[in-house]
Amino acid sequence: MSKFLKRSAHGAQVPHEKRTSNQETVKMPLPSKIVLSMGQHIGAPAAPAVAKGDQVYVGTVVGKAGGFVSSDIHSGVSGTVDSIITITAPNGAPQTAVVIIPDGEQKVDPAVVPPTVTDLKSFQDAVRASGLVGLGGAGFPTAVKLAPKNLDEIDTLVINGAECEPYITSDNRCFLEDTQYILDGIQAVMKYLEIPKCIIGIEANKPEAIAKMKSAASAGIEVKELPCRYPQGAEKVLIENCTGREVPFPGLPSDVGVVVMNVTSVAFVGKYLATGMPLTTKRLTVDGDVIKEPKNVEVIIGTPVQELMEFCGGFTEEPGKVLYGGPMMGNCIADLSQPIMKNNNAVLAFSKKMAQLPKATNCIHCGRCTNACPLGLSAKEIVQAYNDGNVELLIELNADLCMSCGTCSFVCPAKRPLAPSIALAKIMMKNGGKK
Amino acid sequence: MGNKLIVTAAPHITSGDSTQKIMGRVCLALCPTLVASIIVFGINSLILTAITVAACVFFEWAYCKLMKREVPIADLSATVTGILLAFNLPATMPWWMAIVGAFIAIVIIKQLFGGLGYNFANPAIVGRIALAMGFTSRMASYPLKGVDALASATPLAVSGELGSGEYVTLLLGNHGGVLGETCAITILLGGIYLIATKVISPMIPVTYLGTVAVLSLIAGKDPVVQLLSGGLMLGAFFMATDYVTSPTTDKGKLIFGIGLGVITCAIRFFGTMNEGVSFAILLMNLVVPYIDALTRQDKLGIAKKKKEAAAK
Repeated sequence: MSKFLKRSAHGAQVPHEKRTSNQETVKMPLPSKIVLSMGQHIGAPAAPAVAKGDQVYVGTVVGKAGGFVSSDIHSGVSGTVDSIITITAPNGAPQTAVVIIPDGEQKVDPAVVPPTVTDLKSFQDAVRASGLVGLGGAGFPTAVKLAPKNLDEIDTLVINGAECEPYITSDNRCFLEDTQYILDGIQAVMKYLEIPKCIIGIEANKPEAIAKMKSAASAGIEVKELPCRYPQGAEKVLIENCTGREVPFPGLPSDVGVVVMNVTSVAFVGKYLATGMPLTTKRLTVDGDVIKEPKNVEVIIGTPVQELMEFCGGFTEEPGKVLYGGPMMGNCIADLSQPIMKNNNAVLAFSKKMAQLPKATNCIHCGRCTNACPLGLSAKEIVQAYNDGNVELLIELNADLCMSCGTCSFVCPAKRPLAPSIALAKIMMKNGGKK
Repeated sequence: MGNKLIVTAAPHITSGDSTQKIMGRVCLALCPTLVASIIVFGINSLILTAITVAACVFFEWAYCKLMKREVPIADLSATVTGILLAFNLPATMPWWMAIVGAFIAIVIIKQLFGGLGYNFANPAIVGRIALAMGFTSRMASYPLKGVDALASATPLAVSGELGSGEYVTLLLGNHGGVLGETCAITILLGGIYLIATKVISPMIPVTYLGTVAVLSLIAGKDPVVQLLSGGLMLGAFFMATDYVTSPTTDKGKLIFGIGLGVITCAIRFFGTMNEGVSFAILLMNLVVPYIDALTRQDKLGIAKKKKEAAAK
């Protein structure tokens, strides 16, 4: 009752649409070219380390990390650097990209050897060299995440396998196909960071994955079944549901002794320690109502969306909207020449009919946005304060806590675009009152 | 190719629910009570309801046309107001008075303040109060089919004479009163339907009815009679739970429900009026913005920080 009066945080009952969950991952053949954006992560973009005409191999460093919070970028093909161009990133900003034409031989760079890891430092260096970024979608450089300032206070590793977005099943496939790599990765992180406990959070709509992980889990690893309530996979929500701890704001999971890693990220750590092959491919779900053959595809990073779509049989009708990621938080792409990036876990294509959102009508103050918000924010009040230009009220309402999960917009019966408005409110707060 | 893709901000899907569906469910939930009122008071109940609904929808349509606003009658909110207004009138109410009530509810209380979502008080409640003030004798004569005039007073006016044997009468609604107030069973049925379909939260009706029951016991009145008579059941499930004029959070709803109970009992036990529900709802409607501002939820990670800071 006390928790109930504190914050309802109902979340949203989003449709599952996990029709690809039983589709084994298929490898996509070599694309005609790969376009490697230098900004595939949070932090400073990488700088191109190659020039036009250079020969590269599978695993060759193409972009060098641009700082501590940054990441190397590696080629997934052997071939020749065709050009260094400027593309438009999904957020609309220009971004440098290296275009490589594959030679079809897929020769592996001789530098690719399993790393020698003996202690924390060499483990962190290995993760840094692997080019790994948070594969759940955020793209935060993992090496930075695995170097918390208060390392001795960290007692729990939480593995995010909630996969709460509709349609996406790539994490589910990871659980089923890469079980051993997941365990290897978890054990390595627990060993070198000296974390005694690991909790793997999986939404109840993935019973096979839960069963498989439960039978595979070794000492200190617990599998936690999460309710099917979006957004279970949001970091703070996941930590609260797995450990009962509330991450302070502003603050990081490490402030409550927790490190969170996505399941695909931790599986990659396991694989990298065994093979030394940096992050050059990605498993992703291709689905949506206009995709002819929805499937889970292992694709080389940098592959143009157009070629991926063709591999999935193309479209049944002209698409109205194509997304990187799920329908709740995914970004629209403006054209199909955009390349696949490290943090993509799905490409979804929807018909024009599904792409049109219903018209917004008057707010009826039903309070669903407030009672659904996983963080306890009041969307309708924040949007009202934004419309009034009332920055003081926005501060009082903690609008900057919003993580843009989209739950408020989803549940609104008046179909008001609350989440995008709150995103604008956050910008207004930063600008000190200017819209 | 490719340049014709739509680019919008996330999320890209919305739930299947809509304002229209919610209002539709409220209408459906009111239907059993309408049937009960036809049985108790005769076909006049249906005619009166039809008139208020038609008047409310017409006024909404006409006002929006006149103001060159989009006509929102398809959202069914005016229909709900119409039914609720009729449920607050005695079956013998002259039709033109009912239409005046609809005008006050829709034009003055709802549309002049900006339409759906902007009204400060429940339109049907204000419509009822305005009619009760303007046409007091008409609003207070509660005829009952086949029953003599004396027995037709609302049970609250004669509650001292009611024994526990009258509970069944109160439950079935076979007594004097306005259209939608008398049959507790059908109101309860509709209320449970609304709670089950998550249109309303049980918080307001439960705390409201609970407060009245407790205060009745303390005041030495029969709580069952207090709960089942007058406009309490209809008010608790259908009028006090109006989204626009009730608080958002569970904490807020709790305070709102208790406040309603206290005011209702104060009016019933100490006032000269028999009935306190409509004034309780109106008064509590007015303080909703304050309740909302004072009962916000604890935000994840923020409340804790404050507590920790206080501990240090």
